[in-house]
Amino acid sequence: MPVTTLTIDGTPVAVETGSTILEAAQEAGVRIPTLCHLDGVSDVGACRLCLVEITGTRKLLPACVTEVAEEMEVHTNTEKLQEYRRMVVEMLFSEGNHVCAVCVSNGHCELQNMAVELGMDHSRFSYRFPQRDVDISHPQFGIDHNRCIFCTRCVRVCDELEGAHVWDVAHRCAGLKIVAGLDQPWGDVDACTSCGKCVDACPTGAIFRKGSTVAEMTRDRGKLEFLQQAREKGEWTR
Amino acid sequence: MELSELLEIGQQERTRQKPIRVHCCTSTGCQAANSLGVKKKLETAVNRNGLSDRVEVVGVGCMGCCGRGPLVQIDPENLVYEEVTPEQAPSIISGLKDSSVVEAQPGDPEHPFFTKQFKIVRETSGKIDPERIEDYIAAGGYQGLHRAIGEFTPSEIVNEVSKSGLRGRGGAGFPTGLKWATVAKAPGDRKFVICNADEGDPGAFMDRSVLESDPHRVLEGMAIAAYAVGASEGFIYVRAEYPLAIERLQKAIKQAKKYGILGTHIFESQFDFKINIRIGAGAFVCGEETALMHSIEGKRGNPTPRPPYPAQSGLWGYSTLINNVETFCNIPAIVTNGGDWYASIGTEDSKGTKVFALTGKIRNNGLIEVPMGITLREIVEEMGGGVPGGEVKAVQTGGPSGGCIPASLLDTPVSYDSLAQVGSIMGSGGMVVMDNQTSMLEVAKFYMEFCRSESCGKCIPCRSGTVQMYHLLNKISDGEATEADLEKLEQLCEMVKHTSLCGLGQTAPNPVISTLRYFRHEYSELLQPETINV
Repeated sequence: MPVTTLTIDGTPVAVETGSTILEAAQEAGVRIPTLCHLDGVSDVGACRLCLVEITGTRKLLPACVTEVAEEMEVHTNTEKLQEYRRMVVEMLFSEGNHVCAVCVSNGHCELQNMAVELGMDHSRFSYRFPQRDVDISHPQFGIDHNRCIFCTRCVRVCDELEGAHVWDVAHRCAGLKIVAGLDQPWGDVDACTSCGKCVDACPTGAIFRKGSTVAEMTRDRGKLEFLQQAREKGEWTR
Repeated sequence: MELSELLEIGQQERTRQKPIRVHCCTSTGCQAANSLGVKKKLETAVNRNGLSDRVEVVGVGCMGCCGRGPLVQIDPENLVYEEVTPEQAPSIISGLKDSSVVEAQPGDPEHPFFTKQFKIVRETSGKIDPERIEDYIAAGGYQGLHRAIGEFTPSEIVNEVSKSGLRGRGGAGFPTGLKWATVAKAPGDRKFVICNADEGDPGAFMDRSVLESDPHRVLEGMAIAAYAVGASEGFIYVRAEYPLAIERLQKAIKQAKKYGILGTHIFESQFDFKINIRIGAGAFVCGEETALMHSIEGKRGNPTPRPPYPAQSGLWGYSTLINNVETFCNIPAIVTNGGDWYASIGTEDSKGTKVFALTGKIRNNGLIEVPMGITLREIVEEMGGGVPGGEVKAVQTGGPSGGCIPASLLDTPVSYDSLAQVGSIMGSGGMVVMDNQTSMLEVAKFYMEFCRSESCGKCIPCRSGTVQMYHLLNKISDGEATEADLEKLEQLCEMVKHTSLCGLGQTAPNPVISTLRYFRHEYSELLQPETINV
């Protein structure tokens, strides 16, 4: 196994060549915050929380999609990065309607946890109070677009693990919306196998099991990782 | 096809042409001012006056002075008429017959607008019929491609382009030769060449004009590039808002195939190259190369982080060369005249010429091609004729990614580095002149609104940061903001610039940053004093 050596926050790390900085950091026990990353599916580098500084590089690079290089010096938690991360979370809170007190994921929400971790207790940006709908047309699940942060985890698990590609992104900027099928009610989309992978993948209270009430909604991320690894290793083939 | 045959086609075309050619601009701008009506009346007048044996009316591409269209130019006399109406057309033709007084507004070919230009990219624009390949060949077209295939090895072409010092004209200014060399060296026998014609900056129409006026030059540049990097397939990604450009490109590809200039065994060599057109829905973000490639692949036009760069992993994972329309149009001249010749034009860090769309509060609106190193003052005051009834306040270059340069810095030479030093960029070539009535805050708001609505929404800094910045700019212009809001705006500019995923977001704050740099007082004087809530 070819190995690349680098330093992460001053600690020397040796990882398999071709690993990402995020993988290397995980191996070294260094936590880099992320929201759009999900073990088992492809990375998109969209949430910008995992941006890191690399000595000799002017640009900040996303740890989830940047490969390690020999003698790379990675800094994961500088003051500048902390400030940018806080701003990212502030903006996520201000662009949707994230009211934790009435959310099914209260206490089990990655966005909420991220705010706590980064010390963000209020948003300095104007709340936008978007008019978004809630779709409960599916017999088992529901999606509350007000709580969506567009991490596209649901899109990727459905496409890459389930192979159904029920979810996709429509429109752009402020009008951005995760849609089912061809922007149909979720319950009308024939391609949906009701597997629930998107429910397990969602980091906030946006996609939930029907009947969940405040703070009841929990996820099983391990299931997704198990499925992906089983598929990769061919554990189901005879 | 041998070189002699190519020259023969050109010779036949010149023989076919009538001694007097009445050029009538048929580009979009002039068409919008009824140039097709003018052309029709000119043709009727030629027949009525019995001049059809020695006079022909030719629909040509853009002549440059777009703000004064429709334009009619008569060759070889070099007479120009501006803002011609169909009613004036018979008078222009009568003037040719009996030298009678022409009832149309004459243009001045000796004006600095024309004399200060140095045309390489637009060499044949406005002189040839873009819908006839023979006219392009008669003007020397496709000789560069023939020479490239017949006389040079692919690496010699790459060397020549490197020697020329040409930098990408799409905006970023990456050395073209280096990009070509990277793709040429990339492993794999399947490679692509893409022409980025997804021009979408407000105020910019250079690429559209080139595509409409000289589509064959784009094809020739692409074919040379394909030969140099070892590609056999190319795409032109052009937005659907440019129907005339698309139509003329389609026609040009068809004509070139017929002559064996595109397709298989080009000029009877072993080199094959086909070009497809991909029509984009007109999203600004699709000008970003990774988003553009996704769009060609039939996916949502979202950018992806680089590396990997297109040269390493581009279209469908294959090594891909992406250049802008103007970059490709420089190539035939570089091959024909040599890289050293090209490098002798312009400045140390910026070689050659640059096409600008000169718009805004200025007398002479239109397209200009100038040697690098020319000052902004020469462009604005001499070529553009200055601001009608006022003074220049600032010049905006580089579109939404660029910045505003104040009038005090008009002596800045036009080059990649010097524009960057004053806080702007070359960009793809939009140049908007503003007079002293213009509010710079409103300018920043305009560009921020554009970026806000064009953000693909993939990454949060661009998706939400532009919205918040626009909101703060509005708050300031409504007189409801305080110093703290201005500070927040500046923090946002920094954050969006450094954390956005692609070029759109990374450069979106530039118009705000540059207006704050030079016109901060316009923001400050609208701020309210801080109030303390008890």
